[in-house]
Amino acid sequence: MTAGPAHQAAADGATVDLAIVGAGPAGMAAAIRAAELGLAVVVFDDQPAPGGQIYRNVAHPPPLPRHVLGPDYHAGAALVARFLASGAAYRPSSLVWHMAEGSLSHTGPDGGGTLAARRILLATGAMERPFPVPGWTLPGVMTAGAAQIMLKTSATVADDAVFAGSGPLLYLVVAQYLRAGIRIRALLDTTPRGARRRALSRLGSAWSGRTTLAKGLGLLAEIRRAGVTVHRHVTDLAAVGADRLDAVTWRSGTVRHRLDCRTLFLHQGIVPNVNAAMAVGCRHGWDEGQLCWRPALDAAGRSSVAGVMVAGDGGGIAGAVAAALSGEIAAIAAASDLGRIDDATRDRLIAPLESRRRRDMAVRPFLETLYRPADAYRIPSQDETLVCRCEEVDRGTLAEIVRRGCPGPNQIKAFSRCGMGPCQGRLCGHTVTELFADLTGRSPDAVGHYRIRMPIKPVTLGDIAGP
Amino acid sequence: MFRSLTEPTGRLVTVSLDGRSVELPEGDNLAVALLRAGHGPFRTTPVKAAPRMPYCMMGVCFECLAEIDGVPNRQTCQERVVPGQSIRRQDGARSTGSAVPPAPAARGTP
Repeated sequence: MTAGPAHQAAADGATVDLAIVGAGPAGMAAAIRAAELGLAVVVFDDQPAPGGQIYRNVAHPPPLPRHVLGPDYHAGAALVARFLASGAAYRPSSLVWHMAEGSLSHTGPDGGGTLAARRILLATGAMERPFPVPGWTLPGVMTAGAAQIMLKTSATVADDAVFAGSGPLLYLVVAQYLRAGIRIRALLDTTPRGARRRALSRLGSAWSGRTTLAKGLGLLAEIRRAGVTVHRHVTDLAAVGADRLDAVTWRSGTVRHRLDCRTLFLHQGIVPNVNAAMAVGCRHGWDEGQLCWRPALDAAGRSSVAGVMVAGDGGGIAGAVAAALSGEIAAIAAASDLGRIDDATRDRLIAPLESRRRRDMAVRPFLETLYRPADAYRIPSQDETLVCRCEEVDRGTLAEIVRRGCPGPNQIKAFSRCGMGPCQGRLCGHTVTELFADLTGRSPDAVGHYRIRMPIKPVTLGDIAGP
Repeated sequence: MFRSLTEPTGRLVTVSLDGRSVELPEGDNLAVALLRAGHGPFRTTPVKAAPRMPYCMMGVCFECLAEIDGVPNRQTCQERVVPGQSIRRQDGARSTGSAVPPAPAARGTP
């Protein structure tokens, strides 16, 4: 637990039952259910409109034909409408920058303050996994998620872009571009050879996830039918250019390729956005299946810190449907913990949600095996490759520090400033842990992660000083 | 490079981009609107003066930083276009003095 403005909470006088951080599917579903159960709820979100990234801007999407973004996206509009009518207080464009057991500090368009909250639910969602390849900081290189956000918020696209990487979101964005009639230069698929065979052996457990599978296969067929140039088993991917992207280079088997392009969209799966949960002190562990940090949670989403819960992809990647279910489950558990419903009611409400969530998640082991990012794209091998984008620390510098006997990521930070820039380790944390583990033969759990500190986003001294 | 598939939903308003007037759709995501306007790079880095542009568009990478209305290090991907807004490119590191007027002694120096 961090010392801080928590003591001011009482002075502000405001107390809510449940403060939710994040208005994606998990946060919205939790708010709806908690409000139904009579809890006083407030939802903080850093975006100007509810929906999270998956349903970003869904209440007022640009006037594109509905099939471009697809039914799974537009389905989010109903959830957003229910959320806005739920009676939960909603604070858009607001940052929660400090949390402690029982209180949080926030800043936003109406000013900020410190709020006492009997329970805090972190629904901070996912972010794209760092994809440290040579040249990934060049202007012209963005993520596939960024391409999709530009489409959702502003119907904005880049012509003749190259998409590279692996994972369901990559294929979805490519398909959305094609449906909008946008020319794509090439899709460079980095899914390793043999991944399909390995994944098929786990399909047995995924029968109930067949809808998800059918959708995935449909996307791939859509891309094939459109005649996009697809290169498979892509290795040694690099972005090339002096002051901006000029070309992308790679190998397929033993053949070297180079393709001139001005825009490259990268994607290598998504990982939980754990900065808030780590900063408040929730215990985390390394998930070998998903290759990421995830908070230790009980079945209802209670973390190791009393009064702090986590729901949705921030607790482990499970997708939007499971995220909403986990939000509802956490809200019911919070109501029960606060004595608003009895145990029998709690169990009766949670049981059907839990079984739906289990069915929805049955497909995850298959997906995790199929789209497990290749080691080479998580653990850079070339010394010049930047690991920390903010402080411009390359792989060679880190390897040298490790070779000299540096004990862990926090010392790496002190020696090199790696992870000390404005992104606060979000874009290098996973890479540093895995690189360190690879170089020393230790497990990611033994290596650990940076100690994440408040404020969890940069704020002004005025914000900290308060109104 | 970047273009919109639809007519802008907001009316065009004038903002100041590095001191020059440009028209952007009101309420649009600022980073997207700047990308469409051909703006770039958004900043150069404090360590090696390398050019950078938006990367994640969701507020986690901090590559799209700019000075907005005199306040440095603002995430343009988290902002909307507002009439009369002033956006400036950031070159290198910020200093604590960048948002306050120069000291009187400095002003008097020829």
